Amino acid sequence: MPILRTRKALGALKTGQTLEVLATDPGAVADFDAFCGATGHKLVDSGSTAGMHRFVIRVSA
Amino acid sequence: MTVAANTKMMTIIVTKGTLDWAYPPFILATTAAAMGVDVTMFFTFYGLPLLLKKLDLQVSTLGNPAMKMPMMGGHMAMPNLMAAMPGADALTTRMMKNLIAKKGVASIDELRDAAQEADVKLIACQMTLDLFEYKIEDMVEGVTVGGAATYMGRALESNLNLFV
Repeated sequence: MPILRTRKALGALKTGQTLEVLATDPGAVADFDAFCGATGHKLVDSGSTAGMHRFVIRVSA
Repeated sequence: MTVAANTKMMTIIVTKGTLDWAYPPFILATTAAAMGVDVTMFFTFYGLPLLLKKLDLQVSTLGNPAMKMPMMGGHMAMPNLMAAMPGADALTTRMMKNLIAKKGVASIDELRDAAQEADVKLIACQMTLDLFEYKIEDMVEGVTVGGAATYMGRALESNLNLFV
């Protein structure tokens, strides 16, 4: 679900804007790498603390 | 979302209609769509009821030897004979739905809505509609009808074709 919801949220943003995603799904770590690779968006920051995973994505075209 | 010249395309043939088997095609389709893929799902045989406006998906322990559910601290399989008891499938289905809800997994209804929102194309197999006497009016809005040739045309253009 994190990828789906992220895509929906990104749709409302313009190039250059960033989105911060907080996810409890451990699979999201690998998924966001793949997502950014496939869509060209930039994963500017990521980190995990006690079951919560954080990703910051910048919209790139 | 604009479709660029290098957009990847994908098709999925959906042939199963139980609650458990409904997940793989919809998860794959929505994830691919989220990654910019142009997705077409072709629903045939027992996959066709996944397009009904009113979903009533069931799951059974019968013939599912790999189905070991987290119960009582471990993973338990059900003997086939238990599936013959009246109400067994209804109970199994209820338990599966509870597990799905408890783990925060989306329902098939939600996944299907998300798929349509992401412009995933849903095609109902004409032959199956006729064979099992379903009407297109019973299916959700936005479903188109096609045959094997329609599917084949999309598949031949696609980067990835899956059979579930």
